[in-house]
Amino acid sequence: MSSLLKNIIRFILFILVQVFVLDKVPPLHQFIVPYLYFLFIIWLPFNIGRVWLMIIGFLLGITLDYFTGTPGLHAAPCVLIAFMRPFLLSLLIPQETTEQSYAEPSVKSMGGAPYSLYVVLLTFVHHFYLVLIEWLEFGNFTYFIGKVLGTTLISLLLIFITELLFFRKAKFRSNA
Amino acid sequence: MYFTFICFLVLQVLSIILLSNSSKSHEAFFASAANEVIGRINSRYTDFTSYFTLKEINRQLVEENNRLKNELKADFQSPDSSKKMVVDSTLKDPSHHFRKFTYLPAKVVGNTVSSQTNYIILERGAKQGVKKGMSVIGPEGIVGVVIEVFDNYSKAMSLLNRNSKVSAMLKNDNVSGSIEWDGADPSYLTLKNIPKSSKVAKGDSVVTSSYSANFPSNLLIGTIAAVGADPAANFYTLKIKTATNFFSLQYVYLVENVFYTEQTKLESTQQKFNE
Repeated sequence: MSSLLKNIIRFILFILVQVFVLDKVPPLHQFIVPYLYFLFIIWLPFNIGRVWLMIIGFLLGITLDYFTGTPGLHAAPCVLIAFMRPFLLSLLIPQETTEQSYAEPSVKSMGGAPYSLYVVLLTFVHHFYLVLIEWLEFGNFTYFIGKVLGTTLISLLLIFITELLFFRKAKFRSNA
Repeated sequence: MYFTFICFLVLQVLSIILLSNSSKSHEAFFASAANEVIGRINSRYTDFTSYFTLKEINRQLVEENNRLKNELKADFQSPDSSKKMVVDSTLKDPSHHFRKFTYLPAKVVGNTVSSQTNYIILERGAKQGVKKGMSVIGPEGIVGVVIEVFDNYSKAMSLLNRNSKVSAMLKNDNVSGSIEWDGADPSYLTLKNIPKSSKVAKGDSVVTSSYSANFPSNLLIGTIAAVGADPAANFYTLKIKTATNFFSLQYVYLVENVFYTEQTKLESTQQKFNE
């Protein structure tokens, strides 16, 4: 399957799962809102240009926003993590070897610790920015801190489960 | 090099502009087209999931029918049966009754409860007679207010929205306050501005007030679940258990106030005058 087709299917699946499964779960607490859709941006291949990465991030966010009726709320954090992703990757992994031999970020291609750090940082940044925007609208500091921590933890748990369930074969990019 | 950063800034600013405009203007073509598509996807999904809540919907309808049947004229006996009943043959009702509210049924195709700003998507739009400002009520209680209308779909602000504000009153002594949501629990609302002089008790009904331009009066909103006593304030903050179950919304009624524009226009001019 080509990388483009695979990612289009992934895009649709992540949006559908977020809108029709995770958003329909009866909320346990105000602070705990399960978010998983941004894992799409984390999983995008290495070889996408920075500008395209942000445009894809924007499209992902705005698609979810039209479902939730809040245009821009999820698009802004998605663009932010898409912007940060290349910088983070270049810090965390030996550029020349990994990006040439592997297609996309995963435990196999980056190693356990760097990949975890990469996921944790992007997840935290996404939620921090998302809740910050909400906080500016409604204003309550305990709400802000509590929701950033609550949503980050639940998202990391969901990402961990997803990584275990959908084990992605670390594909070598063929030079042929 | 700077091109990437400029792109980043442009997309960020675009998102923020979209977000800040989303509650004010919706004239953009893109929004309308996107919402039609989203509405269609949502209605496919609800076609499928509606089967799971049929039992609950049936129960709600039976209860509503029962309540309405109890109000039928046929159930009541005329107190004095010796008098002869005369049918008034004049075409016009001499007491000048006129219709203030009209009802339309609508199907709920999209609904969230987990966000801070929850909206409901209804499968009925401008082509089917929906207007901005119509109120949305369910079989058990009120649900929200229509804020955006597209061709075949419309978007309503749920009571479970931090920006939602509905005029309400206590059923017992007609003291009015306003219903808001604190964003914490989807089955509880907050009733503010009820003076401490009024009698409140746990379990009392809270209904829509007659001041509201959107809602017909005396519709159930919920019952008092807890009385918050702030000794410094002159007003109660009451915790209200919602009458409507927002988790299983399927069919609602859209209520149009025929005099809506007239009433809101008057309210807004009065505000300007006070300034």
